Amino acid sequence: MHKIVLRMVHAGIVTEPARAPDPALRALSQRLETLALERLGRALAVRHVDAGSCNGCELEIHALGNPYYNLEGLGMKFVASPRHADLLLVTGPVSRNMEQALLRTYAAVPEPKLVVAVGDCGCTGGIFGESYASRGRVSNVLPVDVAVPGCPPQPAAILQAILTAVTSARRSSPASP
Amino acid sequence: MSFSLERHTVSTRDWIPLLQSVKQDGGRLGALWASDQPRAVHALLVVHAGLLQLDLPLTGVEYPDASTAFPAAVRMQRAIRDLHGLRSGQDERPWLVHGDAPYAFVQVEGDGVHEIPVGPVHAGIIEPGHFRFSVVGERVLRLEQRLGYVHKGIERRFESMSLAEGARLAGRVSGDSTVAYAWAYAMALERAAEATAPPRALWLRALLLERERIANHLGDLGYLGNDGGLAFGLAQFSRLKEDLLRLNARLFGHRFLMDRIVPGGASVDIDRAAADAIVEEVERLEEEVLALRAIYYDHPGLQDRCINCGRLAPSLAAELGVVGVAARASGIAIDARVFPGFAPYEELAPALCAHRNGDVASRIVVRFEEIFESLRLQRRLLASLPQGEARTTFEDPHEGASGVGWVEGWRGEIFVALEVGPAGTVRRCHPHDPSWQNWPALEHAVLGNIVPDFPLINKSFNLSYSGADL
Repeated sequence: MHKIVLRMVHAGIVTEPARAPDPALRALSQRLETLALERLGRALAVRHVDAGSCNGCELEIHALGNPYYNLEGLGMKFVASPRHADLLLVTGPVSRNMEQALLRTYAAVPEPKLVVAVGDCGCTGGIFGESYASRGRVSNVLPVDVAVPGCPPQPAAILQAILTAVTSARRSSPASP
Repeated sequence: MSFSLERHTVSTRDWIPLLQSVKQDGGRLGALWASDQPRAVHALLVVHAGLLQLDLPLTGVEYPDASTAFPAAVRMQRAIRDLHGLRSGQDERPWLVHGDAPYAFVQVEGDGVHEIPVGPVHAGIIEPGHFRFSVVGERVLRLEQRLGYVHKGIERRFESMSLAEGARLAGRVSGDSTVAYAWAYAMALERAAEATAPPRALWLRALLLERERIANHLGDLGYLGNDGGLAFGLAQFSRLKEDLLRLNARLFGHRFLMDRIVPGGASVDIDRAAADAIVEEVERLEEEVLALRAIYYDHPGLQDRCINCGRLAPSLAAELGVVGVAARASGIAIDARVFPGFAPYEELAPALCAHRNGDVASRIVVRFEEIFESLRLQRRLLASLPQGEARTTFEDPHEGASGVGWVEGWRGEIFVALEVGPAGTVRRCHPHDPSWQNWPALEHAVLGNIVPDFPLINKSFNLSYSGADL
């Protein structure tokens, strides 16, 4: 056990502080936390759905959970069930084989629901486009609130897209708590 | 040009006897795919001398079942049926093109047997696929995978592309292996064009490939710790991985190094300062990973979860034709960097890292050892980096030219078989992921284990859905 504690002390807290080299990211995160608390009174619950991705976008969504970004510390958590989710984070061009599963996942999210399409494929179909096997961009299948380009988009950009979705939703329903 | 490729056209009568004799001689099935014009099935076999490609031209739509020699052929043949309408084998259920019909899973019956269906949308941040467990209590009697959910028509997509565009698509077959795929594609195209990338490019490619290996192994070790109940491991390893990705972004302009290997060489180069930054990172990682390894190897809870869990016996691994990390953890000495070796690895003498228990713990051990070996290789590469250009240009190969690329990615060996069409286009390209061979092995490794250990066992293989769903 002492080795683990020593290692923790050695590594320290790497979560980027307010004056870190990436101040834009930090400002963004703090706004997300405030918005989530204002709007929901709790953490923003996010459900990820890979609808046909090459798994590149998944690597960056995973990275959001590392100590540098410390997502959960910022008022956002990934949930296992769409029924617990406020927002769907959808990656990939939507494959024909995933279309129905994606629609069912969307149907299971309680209203009001937000959708963020992640990556060039989610935005436009990307390099895979539309074909016998691919329905292309996410908005061909679902109403999309925000689309974030990139191959893959960096963690800060994904965070920014989530913030944008939450902000626009807040405007559209001013009576929210 | 470091491995030989022999190519023969064979008849349906000779197909199975030839495959069986290859197997008897210790060969294995690398990849199996088909083409429409002319209609044919192709087998890429790894034999002692290098690669052997057998082409089976067909006039009808039936061909003999290769799974009688190589069990790994089953799913490849099901994919060929879906994509080309060519039929072989007993299992006629769709694999890549699902359609609307319900899927007939194999039913297990008996007292107290019940099914647990999982997916395609999983609880975590992972790719989609369906797992059907038949269990008694907590014990797994049978696991059946249904994949193909992220089939997005990659092979057909290649056929509408120029050779240059094809390089970008190859780098997106499985995003976590983008470097290995880009290299395998570039190698296939260069062999088709009878061109070679300059020495400096080869050294840079190997540097990028080893960085991809380290990044993925760091990530896996973190998640394996986490799934074993040691969240500390995830925090530490994901921090180290992020550091490496950030250095990638700073030195090479992309966190995962997409499109940095291109036909003709590398699209990036490094200077003295960049090399120093990598050496500094190597030193830091050696110290940190050594310390974390001591903690993992010392941790009774983690050891209890991992040792003898999800065991894939060496004999079964060999029979199934398993490759990559999973093969080496089950005592099978294969690593394309070591044999046949491809430039520049012949000059670096990479060590093959293996274990023989075939359990989750062994797959952890192999990853640790491979990180240290990759760190050493980075040092060697930087110390011996040749001068000169990092990229050359060459003329598009003529119509009908073909080539094969063979690269050991972090997960296992990746093949790209490329055939050139008119005016610098792709006629046919088959990118082959090691996950084709390894997914069926996971169905075996989980037998007799308890359901809660499945995430740990699954992560220890960490197979690609996109890579094999195409």
